[in-house]
Amino acid sequence: MKARVTVTLKAGVLDPQGQAIEGSLKSLGLSGVSGVRQGKVFDLALNETDESAARASVTTMCEKLLANTVIENYTIEISD
Amino acid sequence: MKSAVIVFPGLNRDRDMIAALTQISGKAPATVWHQDAEIPDVDLIVIPGGFSYGDYLRCGAIAARSPIMDAVRAKAASGVNILGVCNGFQILIEAGLLPGALMRNMSLKFVCRDVKLEVVNADTAFTRGYAQGQVFRCPVAHHDGNYFADAETVARLEGEGRVAFSYAEGTNPNGSINDIAGIFNEQKNVLGLMPHPENLIEAAHGGDDGRALFSGLLGEAA
Repeated sequence: MKARVTVTLKAGVLDPQGQAIEGSLKSLGLSGVSGVRQGKVFDLALNETDESAARASVTTMCEKLLANTVIENYTIEISD
Repeated sequence: MKSAVIVFPGLNRDRDMIAALTQISGKAPATVWHQDAEIPDVDLIVIPGGFSYGDYLRCGAIAARSPIMDAVRAKAASGVNILGVCNGFQILIEAGLLPGALMRNMSLKFVCRDVKLEVVNADTAFTRGYAQGQVFRCPVAHHDGNYFADAETVARLEGEGRVAFSYAEGTNPNGSINDIAGIFNEQKNVLGLMPHPENLIEAAHGGDDGRALFSGLLGEAA
């Protein structure tokens, strides 16, 4: 199975990189953006074949390493 | 008094730290490789600065999951003093030995300059060489030193005397919340700070403002 983990900053945590990206979009004349928050995506190839077991093990990976839960949230998508 | 320095691949301030500890205490620290499982019997364990594992994933994140960190955790629990400077602070936070997070500097720039530090709590093994409220000069060199914690954690740190140092006189170089530069754990035997006191310990450095931190911990060689 495969898993895609998306890690994003929690609401309220300052994101100066997102702000710089927003400023850069504006300087390119690409208007219509009122906010940018940047994050990370991890694509994992898993040996597991059971979806709920895969989700459980990826959750552990997120809690222990992939996300810093002090400042970040994560979402997990499992696919075949 | 004996010390040990933990060495991870990618650190670059370990030699400065070893030189400072050797000169001040009169004894070279033991050096412990990150894949070792044991740390010798010492009074102070230091995790120095640098770029362990190239700052991959998050600064300090990979190093914090190295085998040696279980030994650091056990030593901390037994009351041994642990000091983390710069990347060492990031590693202690990622290892869960200190609360909060160190984020990208608000300016998005790597900052390398002197700042002013105020001693917020002088009543600890790490800070007893300074006077309460004393302001001293200290170099910083980092890209990710912007300390963040939720309001409840910050209030607890400040209420329990767990802020060791704060950036003084408008010199906050990174946007840290409440100008926090260094914090203690609950038992105050673990200190993490972004600035580099080991780089200002003798006349050749242009000053010795950082020396009192180490001499307070290890004493001065006769």
